[in-house]
Parts: sequence; structure tokens; C-alpha cells
Amino acid sequence: MIKAATVATAHAKGTIGEPVPRRDVRRLLEGKGCYVDDVSVPRMAHAVFVRSPFAHAVIKHIDTSLATTAPGVVHVATGRDIAKLCKPYVGTISHLVGMQSMPQYPLAIDRARWSGEPVVVVVAETRAQAEDAAALVDIDWEELPAVVDEESALDAGTPLIHPELGSNLCWERVLDNPEIERVFAAADAVVEATFVTSRHTHVTLEPRSILARFNSADQQLTVWHSTQVPHMMHWVFAHHFALPEANVRVIAPDVGGSFGLKIHVYGDEMTTVALTMILGRPVKFVADRLESFASDFHARGHRVKARMAVSAAGSILAIDMDDLQSLGPFASYPRGGVNESRQVVNLVGAAYGVDCYRARARVVFQNKSMYGQYRSVGHPVACLVTEGLVDRAAAAIGMDPAEFRRKNYIPATAFPRKLVTGPVLENLSQHEALDKLLQLMDYGSLRAEQAELRAKGIYRGIGLGSFLEMSNPSSATYGRGGVAIASQDACTLRLMPTGSVFCTASINEFGQGAATACAQIAATELGLSYSQVRVNLGDTDIAPYGGGNWGSRGTGIGGEAVLLTARALKANIVELAAKLIGCAPQALEVRDGAVCDFLSGARRYTFEELARIAYFNTETLPPGYTPELTVSRSYAQRTYDGVCTNGIQASYVEVDSETGYVKLLGHWVVEDCGTIINPLLVDEQVRGGVVQGIGAALYEQCMYGRTGQLLNATLVDYHVPLAREMPDIVVAHTCTPTATSQLGAKGAGEAGVAGASAAVLNAINDALIPSGALLSTIPATPQRILAALDMCTVPGTQQQGDSR
Amino acid sequence: MIEPQETFDIACTLNGVEVRATVPVRQHLADFLRESMELKGTHVGCEHGVCGACTVLLDGEPVRGCLVLAVQADARRIETIEGAVSSGRVAALVHAFEQRNAAQCGFCSPAMILTAAELLARVPSPTRMEVREQISGNYCRCTGYEAIVDAVMSAASRQARANEQDS
Repeated sequence: MIKAATVATAHAKGTIGEPVPRRDVRRLLEGKGCYVDDVSVPRMAHAVFVRSPFAHAVIKHIDTSLATTAPGVVHVATGRDIAKLCKPYVGTISHLVGMQSMPQYPLAIDRARWSGEPVVVVVAETRAQAEDAAALVDIDWEELPAVVDEESALDAGTPLIHPELGSNLCWERVLDNPEIERVFAAADAVVEATFVTSRHTHVTLEPRSILARFNSADQQLTVWHSTQVPHMMHWVFAHHFALPEANVRVIAPDVGGSFGLKIHVYGDEMTTVALTMILGRPVKFVADRLESFASDFHARGHRVKARMAVSAAGSILAIDMDDLQSLGPFASYPRGGVNESRQVVNLVGAAYGVDCYRARARVVFQNKSMYGQYRSVGHPVACLVTEGLVDRAAAAIGMDPAEFRRKNYIPATAFPRKLVTGPVLENLSQHEALDKLLQLMDYGSLRAEQAELRAKGIYRGIGLGSFLEMSNPSSATYGRGGVAIASQDACTLRLMPTGSVFCTASINEFGQGAATACAQIAATELGLSYSQVRVNLGDTDIAPYGGGNWGSRGTGIGGEAVLLTARALKANIVELAAKLIGCAPQALEVRDGAVCDFLSGARRYTFEELARIAYFNTETLPPGYTPELTVSRSYAQRTYDGVCTNGIQASYVEVDSETGYVKLLGHWVVEDCGTIINPLLVDEQVRGGVVQGIGAALYEQCMYGRTGQLLNATLVDYHVPLAREMPDIVVAHTCTPTATSQLGAKGAGEAGVAGASAAVLNAINDALIPSGALLSTIPATPQRILAALDMCTVPGTQQQGDSR
Repeated sequence: MIEPQETFDIACTLNGVEVRATVPVRQHLADFLRESMELKGTHVGCEHGVCGACTVLLDGEPVRGCLVLAVQADARRIETIEGAVSSGRVAALVHAFEQRNAAQCGFCSPAMILTAAELLARVPSPTRMEVREQISGNYCRCTGYEAIVDAVMSAASRQARANEQDS
């Protein structure tokens, strides 16, 4: 079995590129981690929410009298009570022209707009008491018609979720091309399909969790928060509760999974903060799994009608697509929630540099759960559409799908390449990645095996998914649109008296290995072992300001900040030694925790000796000179909107035509994240991402009924991948470091998700070729596959078996 | 006529130590362990018996801490991750998980290790598919499972080698 990364020896230094284990993982393995729910503070009370049972309803009257007098109850509050403390928020982004939404309050006031929206909060001494009391809150509802069908959301007769806006349209992006109809008319072949990606929810194993403590004596708010973005939340709490920044502290302890979920402003969490300010007691809220389904921000949920024009020689001539994205009832705050469609428009056809491109994306309000970011925003949708069209086009002109891709990739000599949608692609390795993938999977042999088995009536299929990954985002994503989210990251390093280094940075750890990456980068520059670099992340009292981890920016941007800081610290350490020796700094270098002669390699001062002089024996320093052994540096990627990288995945499946069951036989990934800091961590990021993408392809869908009820809101009914069904995944890399930074690292966290769904769906369709069935909706459940097969058993019927 | 009771006195063996406690009759075992016993390594992920993050061993059998009431632990033997770690029983698994990066956020990990330990106690040299079957009641949203399977296999062979040397 191929394993890309073999763990380095126990005494490895953890230099950049070494597959060393995470230094903070043993704690988690032994059950000695500390997640928010593990934190208890004196006088802590517990918040439980009463949520709207209706997708759309007027709140006519709220009676809290029984709840207020129930055992253990400390406080009961409604939307109006909380609104007195918390300024409302609007999730629009100013540079997304035409985007509209309405102010949102932490708890619904007068009207609830999704089933699960928090309406009343009960605080009690114990959570059980709060739950008991919450059941006693009596709300008089008047149910309104719910807007739950995307297709008719903009129709004249459809009720308006916000009458003030005059439409259920949140945002529309249109990219026209006057030539396109002519190109389609003249093309040798045109393929088209309607791709549907269901709504998803993240299912982090640790639910959303928050513990807020307001100390009325010093007016200090401390929030332990399961979040990806402590500094963003610091700004949010200060701004919306009108607190001075200096009076707010956000601590992200161990975070039990996030994937883009814990990056938003949630009404129940804001309410928890309001409650500690009202009560002067710490208040904890941990979502239970059922309310996670009802209140976590969803993602995906696209219907993309798309067509592709190709020449007989196999060149992609044009793509025309129309994306309809279903939002929740408000734009999500502060990240909008429309970025998914924005990225779908950017990325459809982008791997092939299709310039003759017409696109429209409309994002419509729905009386469904709020909607936001999920790992690899927009990428898997764009990949599903593009790669689905590519396979159909290759089939239409009788070309092998791998060859078709190779022929249409942007030539390796054509970078940087500006897309018609705006973004510029820095440098990709698509041809190399394809070659590597085909070799890794032994494409020729697999095709032969497939043909042999097909003759025996066994449906096996091979699917490819070329993907792009936008990483290291600039301020183009948020800052430019007036959103207070940093696109910069910073690091502070300090030399300690024994010669070790303390590191803090604005990026955050939630399992991906950010802390280990920081340690490895600093250690490499300073000639230390990574175990000598202590990393502390996630506390806004300690960490320098910056964006945190999202959009595959942690290592690429935060890591570069660590590198720049380590270089600055190294220069200061060398300068100190040079002054003590009386030589030029250029005559010295750093090696194994010491400053050495550059030429002879002779050890002159250890870091410990230098630190002792700088801290304890300052009388021995040259007059007028104080060494700076605590250093901070910042970095922001400003060359491109995002540093684009690429990869390709392949899936090998067998479809049981009797049951519609898909068996995953193999999965291969070649991805390019530039400089690899730690292959052990990168490969598992990729594998984890692939499995999330497989979940999307085969299992995951939030199913809504006609009244806007989420019908499968339990883990029994919302299926995520389990160990039994998942394949082993072969991961390999091409390496094209970005020239935008000295570190050269690009994103890796989203690569797996970006291409997996497309590869699996293409493999299923490839397997079904003999039947004539063709699917374009994910998840490709057994029901959908059987329906597609059934339609093809009737002679003369179309090859579209999908139903939603 | 027996009056309904709000609480119940239990006596159990928790990680090798005799424990007596008065528990609310409706309290599940995971809450009892976390709240009354301060054993935070048992994680609560769904409270409807699906995700497996609250798995503990009850008389050696893996059970969902959220589907077992604390009163049902009366006169039984409970082992949590804390006990399994301090007894040294899962040392090979912890080492293998660490070396293989078989955990990311770590929320599922303690239960995953207990579940794997129960398999290795029964089947010292499992196949990869047996490992996958065994942990199919434990959700992991981060790793994609392969590293976990590798780690369990690696711990199994390490234990097998150690046993050979002993005999």
C-alpha cells in the first residue's frame, strides 16, 4: 500500500517538509483536551433556547410566566430583551453590487423566518432545569406560507420573506458574452445538464459551544468560544455590545471540528453574551445535536443549468451556465453567504480557461436554516458542473476523458492567466498532476479491467475530477466589501532564557495542525527542533491581530508571518552575538540553537547564553544597545485575489444495478499546495476532505418538506460517511510554490472536498454507460440511481433520470 | 405502592475505583461521568446514540454513554478513556494514533480508542475491514478514517510483537 508520508523518527527536528506528528495531539487522544463544554467557572448558568417550530410565522404572544417560576430558573428573555443590548446586524457585503438583506436580531422579534430560529431563551442553574422550563414557554403563533422552493422564489405570486426588500432575491451576478449564441450554434457538439447539489450541514462532532462571562466589576467580557476566528468574534462582540475592545477577550480552546461552520455570528451565541451582561453571571450554551441541525448554517444547495460547446477535435469552445443558490432567510453575518455562488461563477470552466463564458447566479432567500460557508466554498459545485460537462463532451465527440482534459488545460506556459470572471491564476500544474494521477491509479489497466467486467454485466466506472483551489485570500473577499475581517496575519516570537522560543500567531488550531506548522516553520528558520518552539494560538489577549483560519489561508498567510518573524528574530540574535564578538553579522550564522562562525562553523554563543546576557546580564551589553528578542511581523497576500492552486482526483466505483448501491473501490488524489510544511498533516487534510466530498456525492442532503420543516434532522437520518464504506485513498503531490511569499505555501485543506464529489459522480455515470442512465444530482443515492436506471428501461426515453 | 424516585443511589467500579453516588434517575451515564465525576474525556456529540463520541466500556463492552442511564451502571464496571490511559492499556493505540496523525479535532478520539481497544482485546490481529466494521459506530468528520484504521493496525502488530517477545 502506498503511503505518501511515513512518520519521521522520534528525534526528528521537525524541519519544514518533515512528516512529524502534531505536538498537541496526545492530549486530545488521551481525553485531556479542553473543549468549551469542558470549561466550568464559578456561578455558571446554562442557556436553553425555545425555537420556532414553524418555517415562517408571526409571533403573536409569548407567555413566559410558567417558565420563569420553574425550579432553578434564573432568567427568561425574549427577542426584545436581547435587542436592548445587542445591535442588529446585516450580512451584506458592499462590493457585491446589488446584494440586499435585512437587519437581524439574535432572537426573532415579531416574526420567525425558519424552523429552528431562536425565539426565547431560558437560563437556569442546570441545563436540565433550563430544558424543563423551556418546555413551559407558551408562544401563540400565526403560521405564514413558507418560501421553500428555490425555483419559484422569485415568481410574482410567491410571498416575500422581507416585504421591505420587494423581492426574495439576495444577490445576482451576471456575466454576459455577446458571442456565445453564435459559438454554440457553430459548435460540433453541445452537451447540457442540470446539476443539483443538495443542501449540506457540517456535522462537526463538537456542536457549537460558547461560555460567556461578564465581570461587572471591571466590565470585562471573556468568551470561551468554539470558533475558527477569535479576532473576528472579538470585533463582533465589542461592536455589537458597544464594549471597548480592551474589555473583550475571546479564547478558542480546543475546537472540535469546524469546516466553516464556526465562522459566523449566531443569534443563540450572541444571546448568551447578552445574558451574561444582563445577569452578571457566566452563561454557557452548547447546542444539542437536534438544534444543531435546526440552527447551524447550511451550505451548498445549488441548481446549475449548464451547457458546453465543443469542437470535433475536442476543444472546449464555450460554457453557458445558470446557478440558483438557496440561502436562508437572511444573508449570513458577517460573511454574506453568497460567496458560494460567487465562487461557482468564478470557477466553472476556470481549469480550462474558458473565455467564451456566460454565467448568471442568483441567490434567493428561503424559509430554511441560515446559510453560510462550508469547507471549499463553491469549489465542489463548480467542479461538479465543469467536470460533469467535460465527461459528457468527451463522450459526445468520442474522446477519452483523461485526454480531453489534457487537451483543454490552460497551457503550462500561459501563466499567470486572467480569467474572464476576474481572478488571476498564478501558476498551475495540471498536466503534471494528470500524468501523475494516471500513473498512480494505473489508468490503462483499470480501463481494461472495467471493459472485461462490463462484458460480464458488472458496472464499474472511473471518474475524474480536475479542481482548482483558491487559497491565501486577499482583502478582495471581505475587507474590500467593508467587512471587518482581517486578510492579514501576524506572529510574535520571543526567545526564552533557556534558548527555546515562544510563538503566538493570529491563525487558529482546530485539528488541522496549524500550531505544528507554526512550530516547524519557526524551528527551521532558527535552527531549532520544533519541540523547542512552544505555540499558543486562539486567545485574543495573547495572539497578535489577524484573520484566523478559513479559505485555506492558515499556513499560506499565517505561516508566512511566522517565517518573516523568525527571520527577524534570527537577525536580532545574530546581531547580538556580532556585537558581543565585535564582528560583522555576516560572519555568523545560526545552527542548532547557537550562533556559529559562518566559515569555520565553530560555535560562538548558544541561544541560551545570548538570552541570559540579554535578560539577566545587561551590564555586559555594549553601551546604548538593547537587543530585541521579542519580534512581531505581519503578512498579507496582496498580489492576487487568491492564490489559486490545483489538483485532480479519480474515483473507481462499482454500481449494483439491482440495489443502486455504490461501492467505492479506490480513490486517488494528486494535489499541489506548493511548499509542504508537513506531509503527514497535509495528506490527512486531503483524505478528510475527500471523505467529506464523498459524503456529498453519496449521502448528505438536508431534506425539507413543503412547509419548511427539515425532515431528516437527526444523525440517524442525515447520513455522513462511516468507516465501513470509505475506501483507502492514495494521495500524492505536485509542488508549485507560490511566488507571492517566501514560504511558497498554498492551501491544502479544501482540495479534498473540491474534487471528490465530481470524481465520484463521474465514476457512477461511467459505470452506468451500458444502461444509458446519467445522473446529475448529488447525493447519488440508491433511489436516484434506481430511478435513473428505471427510466432507461423504457425504450426511447431521455437519458435524464434525476429527480430532486 | 412504590413512590417514584427523583434520585437513585448507585455503587459502581469506575476506572478501578469503587464509587458511590446519588444520581438523578433521568441522568445519562455520559452526563454523570462528565458532570459528577469530572471525567471530561467522554464527549457528548449527539445524545441520540449515533455518533459514538460518548462511548465508554461497561463491563468491558462498548456502550453509548448517552443511551445508558447512570442508574444502569449500578453494580457495574465502567472504564473511560482516563482509566484506560492511566492503566497503560491503550498506550500502544495512543502512540499509533499520534504517530499516524489519526486524529484532527480529537473530539471523537477517546471513544475511538476505547472502541478499538475492545476489538484488539477480542481480535488481536484484525483485518483492515474488521477495524473499519468495529469503528463504524464512531463518527469522525475530520480524518476520513484511513489514518485511524492504519493506527489500529499498527497498534495491533506492535502488541503482537510485544506478546511474541514475552512468550
